[in-house]
Parts: sequence; C-alpha cells; structure tokens
Amino acid sequence: MSKMHQARTLPLLLVLGAATLLGGWFSLTTGPVHLSIVDAIQQPASLQGQVFWELRWPRTASAFVTGALLGVAGAMMQVLLRNPLADPYILGVSGGASVGALVAILAGAGALLLQSFAFGGALFSTLLVFSLAHGKGNWDTTRLLLTGVVLAAGWGAIISLLLALSPGVQVQGMLFWLMGDLSAARTPLPGSLVLAGVGVSALLLAPSLNLLAGGELRAAALGVETGRLRTTIYVLASLATATAVTQAGNIGFVGLIAPHLLRLAGARDHRALIPGVVLLGGTLLLVADGLSRLLVAPRQLPVGVLTALLGVPLFLLLLYRSQRSPHA
Amino acid sequence: MPEQLLHCRGVDVRIGQVDVARGLDLDIQAGQCWCLLGRNGSGKTTLLHTLAGLRAPAAGHIKLGGTPLQQLTRTHIARRLGLLFQDNKDPFPASVLETVLQGRHPYLHNWQWESATDHDIANRILDRLGLRRFAQRNVQTLSGGERQRVAIATLLTQQTDLLFLDEPTNHLDLHHQLDILDLLRDECRDQHKAVFMVLHDINLAARYADHVLLLLGDGETRAGTAQEILQTALLEQLYGHRLIELETPAGTAWLPR
Repeated sequence: MSKMHQARTLPLLLVLGAATLLGGWFSLTTGPVHLSIVDAIQQPASLQGQVFWELRWPRTASAFVTGALLGVAGAMMQVLLRNPLADPYILGVSGGASVGALVAILAGAGALLLQSFAFGGALFSTLLVFSLAHGKGNWDTTRLLLTGVVLAAGWGAIISLLLALSPGVQVQGMLFWLMGDLSAARTPLPGSLVLAGVGVSALLLAPSLNLLAGGELRAAALGVETGRLRTTIYVLASLATATAVTQAGNIGFVGLIAPHLLRLAGARDHRALIPGVVLLGGTLLLVADGLSRLLVAPRQLPVGVLTALLGVPLFLLLLYRSQRSPHA
Repeated sequence: MPEQLLHCRGVDVRIGQVDVARGLDLDIQAGQCWCLLGRNGSGKTTLLHTLAGLRAPAAGHIKLGGTPLQQLTRTHIARRLGLLFQDNKDPFPASVLETVLQGRHPYLHNWQWESATDHDIANRILDRLGLRRFAQRNVQTLSGGERQRVAIATLLTQQTDLLFLDEPTNHLDLHHQLDILDLLRDECRDQHKAVFMVLHDINLAARYADHVLLLLGDGETRAGTAQEILQTALLEQLYGHRLIELETPAGTAWLPR
C-alpha cells in the first residue's frame, strides 16, 4: 500500500502479463500437430486452422481461465479464513463437484451433463456448508472451516465408495477427472464470464480484503461492513471454484500457490494481489497444461499432477529465500 | 458549550445473562479524557465495543455526533471514532507503513490508492511515535511493544475525534506508556479530541484521566470527574482489595495494603 508498493505494482503486472502471453504461446503451439499461429488464424479452414480453433484455442483459454479462477478463489478463501494455508477446495466445493461428476460418468452421461452434474454438486456443497456453518445466525471462521473440512472428508468417502463400486472401464476416466484434466475443454465462454464477474468484484473489494486479512473486528472498526463482505467473499470464491472444477476437474495447488508466490514477491496488497493472481494462476496452468501434453507425448498427463510437480519446488524456493530478511 | 461527541442514555449492555451496564448515561465531550476501570471480566471491552457500534446494546440509545449510531454506516462511524484493540493478530505479512496506512481506509474509495496526503499523515505519525525506521519492517517480526505502537499509530492515522483504546499500555515499557498517554492527553487538550480508554493502573488513570467510568459488576456503573470517582473507598469496592492512599510530589497514588 505504500507508495513504493504502488509503484511496484505496474511493473509486476507487466511482467506477469508478458509471462501470460508466453504461456499462451507455449500452450497454443504445443501438441501432436505442429502449428503456426499466424497461418492457423489466417486460414481457419485448413487442418492447422481447425486444430487451432477447435482444439488448441479452447483448451488454452480454458486453462488460463481455470487457473485464474482458482487463483482468485484461493486469495479470497485465505482472507475469509484468515489462513494463508487455505486453498479454494478447503471448504469441500470440489468434493461436491467430484461426486456429481463421478455419478454422471457412472451413468454414462455426455460432457454437457457431466459438467451440469459437477457444477450442481459444487453449488450443493457450497450451500450445505454455508447453512450448516450459519446455524443460528452466528458463523465464525473456525465454525466455517470445521464444517467445510468435515464435509470435504464426507465427500472424500463417497468418492472412494463410487470408485470402489465402479466397473474398471470407467475408473480410468474418473481418476483423470479427479486429478484434473483439460482435454475435454471445448468452450471457455462460461468460465470467462464468471472470471470477469468475480475478478472485477474482487478488485472492487480489494481495500476491504486488506483489512479483513487483519481480523474481523479490526476491519469493522476501520469502516468495513464485515458481515456483508464475508458473505460476498464466500459466494464469489465458491462460484469461482465451482466453475473451475466444472471446467477442469480437481487441479490442486494453483489456488494455494499463486497468491503465496505473489505475497512472497511483495504483492501483499490485494489491489495488486488480485490482478496478479489472475495472471499468475492462469499462467501457471497454461504452462502446466502445455507440459502435460509435451512430456510423455503422444500421451497426456493429468494437468493437476503437473501443477503440483511444478508448484512445490517453486514454492519451497521462494519460501527459503524469503526467510533471510525481516523486511516486508 | 463544548462539542458533544458521544451521547448515551439508558444503555444496557449484557453478555449472555450477565449485566455489564444497566441504564448507563454518558456524555463524552471534545477535550475530555475518560478512563474506564473495572475488574477482569467485568465487560470493559464489551462496553467499549458497544459504544463504538461493533455490537448492539440490549437497550437504550447511543448517538455519535448527534446521529443515532444505528443510522450510521461503518465508514461514517470510522471517520469519527477510532478503536484500538487489546490484541493484534497478523496472519499475513504486511509492512509497518502499510499497516499504519490502513487508518486511511475510511476515507478511500474503491480500489483507490492512498494519496500523497495520506502518506504525509502516516509518516508524520510514524515520526511522532519513533517508528519511522521500522516503516518497511514486516509487522509479523515486531516485538509486542513495537506492534502495540504500530496499532496506536494506525489509530492516530485514522484522525478521528473520538479515540477508544482498549488497554493502550499493553506490552509497553514505562517510558513508552507515559509517552503514549502524554500524546493522547495532548490530542485531547490541543486538538479537541476525546479519549475513552481502558486502563488497569489506577495511578496512570489518576495522572491522565479527567473523567472516570467504573464498572462495579452486576451492571452497576459510576461515572463522573476523576476527582469524584477516584476515591479510596470506591476503588477498594471496585477491586475488592484494601488500598493505601499516598500524597506524593507526582500527585495522589494508591498502593495495595
């Protein structure tokens, strides 16, 4: 928030923006068909053009949108729970989505129905946690966290049960879905709309998020309507997570690590953190998704595995470096 | 007539079934320095939060600058009344300057950055509290006393007429206790602000407060000027302990017998 901080925000966002473009280029040009972006755009009817417009572009855009949604949701969940270790899935949203998706796969449903089931499951879980934690009108962070974590464990049990009872043919698809997979991504449009809505709202709330991070009473004493803000954050973060899970299954680590990396890089003010986390979350997933197609080509890896493999060392490195100085 | 900043009539404050205050009448005027005394668990913090609009009273009405508290938005309250909390938790890293600048939040619009004026205010207060060299330090790495002074700096940066402080001397050494209380008294006298603070030290209360509110338990309260209230018999009743009153060159002092 300092002037220095403000001055540092623009360069940081520019660097992240450049990284996003590079990540996008990497993702668009990676795959079994070698592709020149310029040719593909100029000749949409050619094989290159078809691969580009029907496969690469939707997948790349979905990867960015999913990562960005997870980043924003993670940043907001961390503030809501006042815990830097919170991730978007901590309150069981993904568990509900997974159960919905697995049931759809088990029933042999198509992609559209699968997404509807996943989204429905996520929303159901969100409402369930909210109404259980809300109880008699008094919900605090601990109660919300406990309700969410317990419910997530319940979903976990149901997922295991579904996996155990399913025929082997379907288990493979289920596991891929559970590990996070973008290969089925066809249209990034709904996700983009949600990202725009959630992103803009989060930006407008950014100064209040700064205060809420220091505690509810402190924020209230400085003019924040904390009750309303809390509900808003919960709804926005859950919507973002539900959309991301519906698009791409469970992709771990992006929502936890993207806000963290930015905080370690000095962007602690949410006016810088929110736009930063959109770009960084999106970029991380672009790169991970590109690599997931490249590393064991022509086979593909579940992208969720790669986000963790990339994220862990990156995070540990920055954490190690940040220990050296007491200066913020 | 001095400006009336806070006005309470018939205020009841309850925690569950326990009465903290019953039928409390209180007028805080510009220039006054109030001290709230009471035993542990008597509800001092709860009363402070109620008067600051953070929780609703069980009965009665509270007016801030002539307007009923419940008709004001949190932002409007925060422009007139600032509150120092007993403890400061920092789950996320932030620099001292960032933390102090949060005091300007009630005056900012959405996604607006603090202006040069906001920075000037914050820097002046950091200077006054001897915190300038800590400006870029992470608040998570500060000592308890340093963190407390940062919290007080944030409160002063808020530039409110009413300053509510819950144990402002927490974690502070003797020098800094007196420095902070001197500063608060000057704010009252010179800037026509009003201070309402919880203290545990009767002697500091006697030295700085011109008005005192006692929470005697079971909802019983006693408010008045420091001279009226700081009587040995009343203080003995308050703390349930025999006291000895001493006249010293620095004023009246009380010691436990």
